[in-house]
Amino acid sequence: MSQGRIARRFAALAREGRAGLVTFVTAGDPDASTGAAILARLPAAGADIIELGMPFSDPMADGPAVQAAGLRALAAGQTMIKTLALVRDFRSTEQDTPIVLMGYYNPVLQYGPERFCVDAAAAGVDGLIIVDLPPEEAEPLAVPAAAQGIDLIRLVAPTTPDARMPKVVNGASGFIYAVSITGVTGTASAAQEAVAELVARIRRHTDLPVAVGFGINTPAQAAVTAVVADAVVVGSAIVRQVERAVAGEGPAAADAVAGFVAELAAGVRSADRPAPLRAAAS
Amino acid sequence: MTNVNTFRAGPDERGHFGPYGGRYVAETLMPLILEVEQAYNAAKADPAFRAEMDHYLAHYVGRPSPLYFAERLTDHLGGAKVYFKRDELNHTGAHKINNCLGQVMLARRMGKKRIIAETGAGQHGVATATIAALFGMSCSVYMGATDIERQKPNVFRMRLLGAEVVPVTSGAGTLKDAMNDALRAWVARVDDTFYCIGTVAGPHPYPAMVRDFQSVIGDEVRQQMQAAEGRLPDTLVACIGGGSNAMGLFYPFLDDPSVAMTAVEAAGHGIETGQHAASLTGGRLGVLHGNATYLLQDADGQIQEAHSISAGLDYPGIGPEHSWLHDMKRVTYVSATDAEALEAFQLCAKLEGILPALEPSHALAQVRKMAPGLPKDHLLVMNMCGRGDKDVFTVAGALGMDI
Repeated sequence: MSQGRIARRFAALAREGRAGLVTFVTAGDPDASTGAAILARLPAAGADIIELGMPFSDPMADGPAVQAAGLRALAAGQTMIKTLALVRDFRSTEQDTPIVLMGYYNPVLQYGPERFCVDAAAAGVDGLIIVDLPPEEAEPLAVPAAAQGIDLIRLVAPTTPDARMPKVVNGASGFIYAVSITGVTGTASAAQEAVAELVARIRRHTDLPVAVGFGINTPAQAAVTAVVADAVVVGSAIVRQVERAVAGEGPAAADAVAGFVAELAAGVRSADRPAPLRAAAS
Repeated sequence: MTNVNTFRAGPDERGHFGPYGGRYVAETLMPLILEVEQAYNAAKADPAFRAEMDHYLAHYVGRPSPLYFAERLTDHLGGAKVYFKRDELNHTGAHKINNCLGQVMLARRMGKKRIIAETGAGQHGVATATIAALFGMSCSVYMGATDIERQKPNVFRMRLLGAEVVPVTSGAGTLKDAMNDALRAWVARVDDTFYCIGTVAGPHPYPAMVRDFQSVIGDEVRQQMQAAEGRLPDTLVACIGGGSNAMGLFYPFLDDPSVAMTAVEAAGHGIETGQHAASLTGGRLGVLHGNATYLLQDADGQIQEAHSISAGLDYPGIGPEHSWLHDMKRVTYVSATDAEALEAFQLCAKLEGILPALEPSHALAQVRKMAPGLPKDHLLVMNMCGRGDKDVFTVAGALGMDI
């Protein structure tokens, strides 16, 4: 079976000897056309992987910034069908940057997990992160996702004990998402030692690349995290650029996001990494 | 021996009642939820835990609550013999405290120092703050900013009891948003915090645990009816938002085929208006707040706001065991509108000298519909799960009176 975009991207990052930047934006935030313009700018600005939020009325794992982004998108009429269309449009001009849809299970369940995976794969989606779908409940989505070649990304938290680790990472594909803090997105930031320890714990159980997210807000924090992680996820801080633009502060949303992502990318690329971190995943 | 025909065996080891229930939470919470389950199983098997709970139920909560024959209402309706299970006479004025006592005792057993809870009308918040005060634990109650405005007396009560009331401004600022924020707060302080959920919903083991703590209601009815009439009741009626008082009354009788059960959802302005809180009648299977269950939602899976004159029924979901009992047809689910509940409220005040809460006023509205058509020896028990003092301003407003 040929490698998917996510595996190809991590293999390329390993060859370059650097960590990747994963950027989160919410689909349709603040509206469909601006959201599409933002998405189109991300690869050139330095995003290695794009996480695209599927707005949900009750995002219980998200902090204020991502909650507000989802509400803006929903108020502007965003739906699952429009989110998949957004990915399809993006793919008509961009074939290399992986897209991972991130969200909550209910909208996927209502769409129908099988039909959703078929449509998402056809649109050019490479992975799914469903925050409130732990491995114990994942089968109805994991089976059709695998059939369509979509990676169902598993999350590991600081609270995940070693004894539970195999349950979470066995059968995982794409990469492992390490939640760096006990908290919601975009709030506190973790101590660097704690992040390093969590990543090391995960690596004892899997050879998949490890992306670290939650609570990384600045290029400097991204740079520090990039020392230990295979990829660094930034979400709330990017979404706040949209929030500011909507409030009429600073540059237009797509410019603001692209500018900030470029700073984050520079931060990630400046990381002083011990070489080689580990054998390349490929 | 395993009884394959039992309705009381659920949930399975993963917390499922048929296709409902389960544990749909972020990984950060998953280990905690598993820990709560382990601790609850250990507590359940510990006679000392049961004994201490019975002590507080008797001497602090005031149990058993009476089973009262509502003679004037019975005469007025001219059919079934109507009994009230008087859970509104509990300390803090509702059934909520049965569950709070159990959960806070469990939190203490787990070494937790801090209790968090969500509340809509404030009844569960007051009950949680009460037990937290009793055991000297700190307590934060998440309450929608909109609800804080509507329920000022309960907000003040919680503060008097030493609890912090945290205004929730996310979403629409109502009960479901309060539950979202309570879950967010739990994720942020996993080490010292216990989340005391107010109804038979949430991730496993909460639906089963809350049901177990509330089952004291049905267990007492079984004994009390035996003493009063020498047999089991024929029909049980309870209102249902999340469904904890109904589950508590019904559960001990689920395997008694002669006992019929009716649960009453809030139809708000009427199911056809879309302004209601009737998840079973007007919703469909979805996932929210850690469990799969019937939910009010749009075609795209976005959760909709519920509406009811009763803040305690104003929730877009329902406990997963109710969803299952609905599909199994073991319990009949009907609904009553705001207007029907208001009429029942006034009738009960005048005929029985009891101000029912607006929540059981929905159950009473159903009793008014069904009792006249039943024979005079038919024993009907309605759960009077809360008292109506908290609702006098709402009722006055609805009746166009200024107090």
